[in-house]
Amino acid sequence: MTGWDELGRFLRTDPRDVGCDQALRILHVYVELVLDDESGAEAARRFPGVAAHLLSCGPCAEDYQGLLLAARAEPA
Amino acid sequence: MPLDDGPATGSGAGPDDETTQWLSALGGAGPAREQALARLHGMLLRVARAELGRRAGRHPVTGPELDDLAHQSADDALLAITAKLTGFRGESRFTTWAYKFVVLEVSGKLGRHFWQRPSVALDAADWDRLPDRFGLGPADHAERRDLIAAVRRAVEEELTERQRRVFTAIVVEGVPLDALALQLGSSRNALYKTMFDARRKLRAALAANGYLTASAEETGLSGQGMRRP
Repeated sequence: MTGWDELGRFLRTDPRDVGCDQALRILHVYVELVLDDESGAEAARRFPGVAAHLLSCGPCAEDYQGLLLAARAEPA
Repeated sequence: MPLDDGPATGSGAGPDDETTQWLSALGGAGPAREQALARLHGMLLRVARAELGRRAGRHPVTGPELDDLAHQSADDALLAITAKLTGFRGESRFTTWAYKFVVLEVSGKLGRHFWQRPSVALDAADWDRLPDRFGLGPADHAERRDLIAAVRRAVEEELTERQRRVFTAIVVEGVPLDALALQLGSSRNALYKTMFDARRKLRAALAANGYLTASAEETGLSGQGMRRP
């Protein structure tokens, strides 16, 4: 992949992206859907705007990963 | 949340037994509540420590200061949780909802810590570093030069002053988004939206000038903003 490809990927936006506030508002629900279906397909199907956001927003993706690990470590 | 993203419920079942117990204990009074608060604080502290450890290498905090940050995160998360307990709607396990608070506290505190580092001094934007961000090595002289020139021109010609400032700080200078939000008295969401619009404009401009391949969706600027509630 060239630098231009990387740049193009970085600049690409998804109109379904809901933004940080909405993504964080339901992050706990999204995380539990991922725990139920580790592929993430069900979470992305239910919340496509959140899935799109987490692919583009580094800080929210970081919070998502942290919450996923914390919730996974908790007994069901 | 967009209406067509579906209801914000997980399994659709009622609260699990443990969630019910948490809500009962924390919503009550006396020793049972105090015990629940102490137990929850311990759990939040464990998550805060784990989260700071997971992010090690991406922040400069170490040693006693790291544990202090974990305690601050757990303390503040506990305060927020108790203040918002009546707003918990049982959409997830109680602990997952509660852990979200402490993870976000860790993020916020690391953002504040960015500006406390003595090494932080944001001089004029160093555009020469931009190609590194996109994986171009020092040997790619011509491509580096072209990329810098094209992006810099698009930034200057296409973006508003606010978009230029945010894009340059985050992409060229490498300021974390949360840290920039603090510096500008803004929010993560607001700056993300600014960056979203800037990225869309830049991609369209670079595609129009033949640097990037644009899809039909990306070339149409109108009506392509982030979805709003």
